[in-house]
Amino acid sequence: MSERRDIELIAELVPHGSRVLDLGCGNGELLALLGRERGCSGYGIEIADANVLACHERGVNVIQLNLEEGLALFEDKSFDVVLQLDTLQHLRNTEKMLRETARVGRIGIVSFPNFAHWPNRLHVAFGRMPVTRVLPYEWYDTPNIRVGTYADFEILARKDGLTILDAFGIQAGRIVRTLPNLLASVAVFKFEAA
Amino acid sequence: MSSSVGVVQPQSIHFAAPLPLASGAVLVDYTLAYETYGTLNAARSNAVLVCHALNASHHVAGTYADQPRSVGWWDNLVGPGKPLDTDRFFVIGVNNPGSCFGSTGPTSPNPDPRAGGRAYGSDFPVVTVEDWVDAQARLVDALGIERLAAVIGGSLGGMQALAWSLRFPDRLRLCVAVATAPKLSAQNIAFNEVARRAIVSDPDFHGGHYGEHGIVPKRGLTVARMIGHITYLSDDSMEAKFGRDLQRAALGYSTQEVEFQIEAYLRHQGDKFSEYFDANTYLLITRALDYFDPAREHGGDLTATFAKASCRFQLVSFSTDWRFAPPRSREIVKALVDNRRDVSYAEIDAPHGHDAFLLDDPRYHGVMRACFANLAREVA
Repeated sequence: MSERRDIELIAELVPHGSRVLDLGCGNGELLALLGRERGCSGYGIEIADANVLACHERGVNVIQLNLEEGLALFEDKSFDVVLQLDTLQHLRNTEKMLRETARVGRIGIVSFPNFAHWPNRLHVAFGRMPVTRVLPYEWYDTPNIRVGTYADFEILARKDGLTILDAFGIQAGRIVRTLPNLLASVAVFKFEAA
Repeated sequence: MSSSVGVVQPQSIHFAAPLPLASGAVLVDYTLAYETYGTLNAARSNAVLVCHALNASHHVAGTYADQPRSVGWWDNLVGPGKPLDTDRFFVIGVNNPGSCFGSTGPTSPNPDPRAGGRAYGSDFPVVTVEDWVDAQARLVDALGIERLAAVIGGSLGGMQALAWSLRFPDRLRLCVAVATAPKLSAQNIAFNEVARRAIVSDPDFHGGHYGEHGIVPKRGLTVARMIGHITYLSDDSMEAKFGRDLQRAALGYSTQEVEFQIEAYLRHQGDKFSEYFDANTYLLITRALDYFDPAREHGGDLTATFAKASCRFQLVSFSTDWRFAPPRSREIVKALVDNRRDVSYAEIDAPHGHDAFLLDDPRYHGVMRACFANLAREVA
């Protein structure tokens, strides 16, 4: 789950009045915030029952779907913004999902844990997988089945023909624009299909 | 704490104005049986209409005096403190025309002078989901309600809720459609047809005028119910409940006797059903199911169909429901998303098949509770 401050920083990337689709919307906190403070509307997609219930309780539109099955429900460019926060790393079909995000939305925004953040590098240098605040799991029980870095995403985006509109890291609730691949635990990218 | 609405009293209302039907026929005049629970607020904004499915009625919640077993069919959902909370909502249950629980139907006298005062029998006109919704709207008018807070139904009842959103878009805030479909599949129609053939080919059917012969086609109705019942349960739930368990300790090597417990169960369900349900009603209601296809007049385009809907939607499906499986609900969700309508959709991983919509799975009821709690705040 994204930290509250991270969510606020990412919400600022979403233009006012946008039609948004939030993939892996969790308990609907971001959607509620976008609706309340930025006049946005749209839907969240969630698979976990507890989160689907939380979204209902919050009164945000939620559609219970497995993202691994793709976004066949949604037409091309039917949303201004498609968000995928802290979700990409849980999906088997990461690249397909990224392409689907770019297909359905005019703008895509993703965030994910940056495995190249220096403490993680240190862990690996000492021969152990990182266990940190952002990555609190052991290697054998982590739901993060796709481990990538800030720099890795830039390469994937280029490969898939995505134009990066903005990118930064987040560390302890602050935006990191200097050496984000080293200094930030969370990577954020805003992009569009070229 | 949740409790029951307690002892309830069915009511009925007569409509003298003819009801034009989709077929071109007219229901000259008709009576609707209904029940209400809770209190209509001063603004008349808290009314929720509950639509019934194939074999249910206006008796949604509570019990009848001196009949402790007469619990309403959606009593686990509707009541004080329950997900559809009668402390906050005025809930209306209505029996559809063509049914056999008090509203005008095949067992009612046919007003046509040529019928000589006999019951309609199979001369009762074919009614559609849209016809029912029109009839329900007149009841809502008569109760002095301009706009319903919600219309809710499961299965065929869900189709009525959807039809409300298309026929009277301004007369509801929320459409709750559970375990339903935008139209039947060929397989769905096939099951209905087998059930109808079972009834019609019973020698006691007498062309639908069995009433005049003082008899009912019980065998046909029993088989129809047995077939229907199979489609309401999941393979897994049937396996868990009955497996291959035998009635007796050893095989009887009989082709006629009941050997397996599943056979005994289905026969029991069928027999029970044939005691209280009208055969012509079964034919009419399965036909209404077959005909339901609101996209038909839009060339099959469900997105174009829902362009005229304006209310909010809540859809629910159940993972093991193979009668109206989750992809059928997703078709509706897609049409609504295409039209930028407000919709939430929960896909409940429940083992009970289609019947799950009548049960009280905590995830399902949690979603319903949250959905109606939000609605209650809106209409308060």
